[in-house]
Amino acid sequence: MDLGLDVTERGKHTVLSVHGEVDVYTAPKFRERLIELVTEGKHQIVVDLDGVDFLDSTGLGVLVGGLKRLRSHDGDLTLVCTQSRILKVFEITGLTKVFAIHASVDEATAGS
Amino acid sequence: MPRSTRRPPAPRAPGSDIAVVADVVALEIPARAEFVALARLVVSALAATDIQLADERIDDLKLAVSEACTNAIEAHDSVSTDERVRMRCRADERGLEVSIEDRGPGFDPAGLPDHPPVTDPDRLKFERGLGIPLIRALVDEVEITSSQGGTAVRLVMLHAADDIVD
Repeated sequence: MDLGLDVTERGKHTVLSVHGEVDVYTAPKFRERLIELVTEGKHQIVVDLDGVDFLDSTGLGVLVGGLKRLRSHDGDLTLVCTQSRILKVFEITGLTKVFAIHASVDEATAGS
Repeated sequence: MPRSTRRPPAPRAPGSDIAVVADVVALEIPARAEFVALARLVVSALAATDIQLADERIDDLKLAVSEACTNAIEAHDSVSTDERVRMRCRADERGLEVSIEDRGPGFDPAGLPDHPPVTDPDRLKFERGLGIPLIRALVDEVEITSSQGGTAVRLVMLHAADDIVD
């Protein structure tokens, strides 16, 4: 099992597309990549979760940590997610109120 | 031609007219992060043989099992034990029951801290602690027994009338 992490630039936004399963094994790689991007000065990050097959609380922790880090740089972390089984994890934990969740990368990067 | 000795048929689950594919499946996994995916795979494959569990509920059970196994592995890591985490799945006419047992230090299930409300900026200070609330929200029955000798988490996904797939 491996985690795919692809980065593309969209104007002022950096899109991190995640593929595969995010769990306790793969989350450290995801966290490191996010931290690298912030360190490189990418402060408007869109995490595209539409290629994710599975996401657990460890993955949520990475996203919460990323948002906290970006806010401290006056940045933001928003999400793209249309899969009901992934959205459900955000709904149960109340994190739909913490993250802006978009239906597409185009929507998330509008005005970029 | 010699007569072959045939084994008698395997007993069917009592009280059920449904063919229970697997009555009990037990698995011991090394307490390492890469094995949580294996636990998920086993549970989802087993649950998929149960026609009375809809796909959405199989996903919920898979996530709950993943959370419980993650906690178990972290518990073993915290006491540096090489012991394996034990998972046991039991299918019967009520539904599918999965137990996950560890030999970690134990914790007080009633003493978990509450997170600040999601509207509170301090919410972002909490990157952990979402596993048990998720488990409780996802499955029909949860029983957590914990002592200094370890923790056992029992999860049950019940058959429900509206889960019957034609």
